[in-house]
Formats: sequence, C-alpha cells, structure tokens
Amino acid sequence: MSAGRRLLIVGGMALALLGMIYGGWYAVFAEHQELDGIGRSLTASFSAAAERNARAAQSALEQYRKRKYDYDRHVDVHGHWIGLAMLLIVLGIGLDRVSFSEQVKMLLATALVLGSFLFPLGVLLETLNHGSEPRALAVAGSALVIVSLAGMTLGFLRAQNSN
Amino acid sequence: MVDSGRLGTVVGIDAESAFRPMSARRLLVLGGIGLILVGMLFGDIFAVFVLHQNAAKVGESLSSAAHAAVAGDARAVALSFQAVGSFLENRGTKVDTHVHMIAFGYLALMLALFEPWVALRESTRKNLAWTFLFGAWLLPVGVFLIHYVGLAYSPLEAIGWASIFADFGGALVILATLAYLFGVARRFRRPEWAAKEDGLLADRSMAGRVLFAGGLGLVLLGFLHGAYYAGVDLYRHEALDYSLLSEMTSTAAARNGTAVDTAVGEYGELAGEKAVNIAAHAHAIEFGLLAMLLGFFQGYVRLCESWKRNWAWLLLLGSLVLPVFVLLELRLGLLAGGIADAGGLLVILALLAMWIGIVRYTGEMDAGSVSMGARG
Repeated sequence: MSAGRRLLIVGGMALALLGMIYGGWYAVFAEHQELDGIGRSLTASFSAAAERNARAAQSALEQYRKRKYDYDRHVDVHGHWIGLAMLLIVLGIGLDRVSFSEQVKMLLATALVLGSFLFPLGVLLETLNHGSEPRALAVAGSALVIVSLAGMTLGFLRAQNSN
Repeated sequence: MVDSGRLGTVVGIDAESAFRPMSARRLLVLGGIGLILVGMLFGDIFAVFVLHQNAAKVGESLSSAAHAAVAGDARAVALSFQAVGSFLENRGTKVDTHVHMIAFGYLALMLALFEPWVALRESTRKNLAWTFLFGAWLLPVGVFLIHYVGLAYSPLEAIGWASIFADFGGALVILATLAYLFGVARRFRRPEWAAKEDGLLADRSMAGRVLFAGGLGLVLLGFLHGAYYAGVDLYRHEALDYSLLSEMTSTAAARNGTAVDTAVGEYGELAGEKAVNIAAHAHAIEFGLLAMLLGFFQGYVRLCESWKRNWAWLLLLGSLVLPVFVLLELRLGLLAGGIADAGGLLVILALLAMWIGIVRYTGEMDAGSVSMGARG
C-alpha cells in the first residue's frame, strides 16, 4: 500500500471516528438541550410580544440567535467531518487511478487530510470565539480541500487521457 | 446485453472468489445498493408528497403564533409553537430515515471494498455483514416510526419503543463496523494476508472510469457551491433570520397585523432559499460519492459494455440535474422541482439497472457458467 493511499485511508478512518464520537457526545449531552432552548426562547419572545413587552421579546430573541448559531455549527461539524472522511477513504482506495508521481500524490493527500480536519474545526471554534481567527481557519481548511480535490481530478483526467 | 469473455480479464481471482454465494462481499454490495435504492425512492416520495406540504404547515403555524401575539393571546402563541415542533419532528424523522438509509448503503459498499483487507474468517465476516445489514434497516425503520409510535407502552419517560429499536440498530451498525476495522488492523500485522491483492480495484472499464471521473467532478462542484454559499450568503441569511423574527415580534407587539404578514412571508422565502442551497450542496457531493463508489463495482455488473456506459452516463446526468434544478426552484418554482424529482428518478433507474446487472452476475456465477476467461 502506497504512503498516500495509507494516509488517506487511515486519516479518513480517524476523521470518521472523530466525527462519530463528537456526534455521539453532542446528541447525548447537548443537542436536546440546545433544541429545547431554541424552541423555548422563540416561544418566550412571541409570548412577550403578546404581553406587549418589547424588551423581553428582544432579549428572548437574542437567546434564540445565539443558540441557533451554535446549533447549526455543531451539526455542520459532525456532518462535514464524517462526509469528508468518507471522501478520503474512497479517494484513498482509488488513488492509483490518479496519474501523478508518488510525491505529488502524497502532497495532495496530506493537503486533503489536513484541510478535512481543519475546515470543520474552524467552524467548531466559531461557537467559542466570534472573532475572525476561527473563520480564517475554516476558510483555509476548505481552500485546502478544494485545491487538493481539483488536483486529484486533474491527475485522474491525465490518467484518462493516457489510457 | 451480456458481455462475454470480458470480465475474466478485468476481475481477478480474489475479486471473483470474494463474491461466492452468500459471501460477505456479495451481501454487502447487494444489500448496500438495495438500501440506497429504497432510501432514494423514499426521499423522492417524501419530496413530492410531504416536504412542501409540511413546510406550508410550519409557515401557517408560525403565522398563527405571530397573529396570536398581535391579539395578545400568549396561550395561543405557545400552542402554535407546539404545532411547529410537531411538524418539524414529522419532517425531521422522515429526512433522517432517508439520510440514514443512504449513508448506511454507502458504508456497506465501503466495507465491501475493504473485504479482502479484513483478516477475519469468511464465516465471521458473513455474520458481521448480516449484523450490519440488520442494524442498517432497523435504525431507519425505527426512526420513521418515532412520529407515529410516540411513547406508547414505553418503559421509559422520554424515549419510545421506536427510538429504542432505532438506537439498537445503530449500535449493531457500529459494532459490525468496529469489528471490520479490527479485521483491517489485524491484516497489517499478518504477513500472509498482506500479500492479498484485490482484482476488483484493478478494473479500468470505461463505465468505471466515467463514474469515477464524473463523481469526482460532482464532489468538486458541490464543494465549490458550498464555499460560495458560505462566503456570500450564509452570514447574510443568519442575520436576516434574526431580523425578520425581530420584526415579527416588534410589529406584533405594536398590533400591526399587515407588517406581521409581510415579515412572515419574507421569513418563508428565506427558509426556502436556505433549504435549496443546502440541498443542492449536499446532493451534489453525495451523488458524486455514490458514482465513485459504484465505479469500483462495475466489474460485477453483468451487462455489455455499451449498456454499462449508458447507465453510468444516466446516473451522472440525474446526479447533475437534481442539484441544479433544486437550486433553480426559487426562480422557476414547481417546474424546477418536478425536473429535480425526475433527475432523482434517473439516478434510481440507473442504480436499479446496475443492481440487476450484479444480480445477473451472481446468478450466472452460482449456475457455474461464469469461469475465468470464458463467460456469458
């Protein structure tokens, strides 16, 4: 098994495990509380409006915004880690169809594994820090994924042409 | 339609022997594609008969909540949000059924690819494949029934029987997958297994290459669209979600029913815009991954090369049509929705044809008419 293929398959399995463990933890300890909180704060906001209490309505809506922001990102992180892991494993199995030297394939595989880990991590960190650093990490991670995926596609097309 | 004498040179001895009657790989390939087929069919039926109607009911309940706030009726507000919760649960369990069936189908195909690298006895692998498939069916069926069974006869306060069976199914899937991973890890420590090569991965038929290249292209398109959406629309949509709800509550407090209706209408449009973008992104990537996975198994599809190519192109066409026309739903309305559903049907049709091709291969293999170098 080539080093690039091993990196993609082992990296994919590790990422899938990380995504599942994170998803399992989130489902058991946080998801229901977060969903309940979203529903409660929306109801509280509209109930406060019914009582003509605009300040309470606004405050409950602020709670909703924060919880919804976190919830969307937690679910995205879980989905993207596992989805990217599946892609890594499939690409690892089919890496010998990519017509590049072993060094280039290793470089693409490294960039893909790194990007697949960093992009959802950046999204996760956005729930802890609303500054620009986590966002920059997510953008850099997704750029690595897209560039390396484009490289793999190019390598595959080269193999097609040579056939 | 049968290709004679071709497969023997494409699929090596290991790939062929790994596909014996009731072998683990055969169970996982046929069971996995079956799961994906049923999951997609369920998704298409759900999209046509449930999704839009359910979204309309959620919108109506939100509007009722806002008008109850205008009327100063806090109790009616709470009841309306309870209805929203119920509609969302109904929708959520159906989406989960669709997604889990397809995801488990993908996982089954991946485990089938790993078969030759799993250092476990064939009987153990077969038992694990059955366990995996049983769990992979039990979980989505259980999730589908959650909305209907509720807490009836449940021994627990918050979790019903349907959830208990769904969780049990999930546990079986995890157990079987972990056992497969254990087998792969064991393989690296046993030199007698290390020499085994899988002939299936050496298949370079045109249909396989079309599926792999097209799949990779779809995944790339899906990522580019996702990056564009995250960069241009995501934060704007999040800000708009908050500001429209804020407008609803403030205008309701001011008893301005007309302004409430305007905000509710805009909120519905926003929800639609978000939903089509996410669905297009997810479907492009998932169909791409499916095409790549199916590309590996073309050696087992017992149809002639030209038909295999046709089905591969049809699958890719449907895989492109569905996400593109889902995106166009906002501009073209139901017409685009109908074309997107037709794209989904093309994928289902092509997948069914490949599944039948694999069944034909197994039938001929079991009858003894398939042998190395001379088939058909």
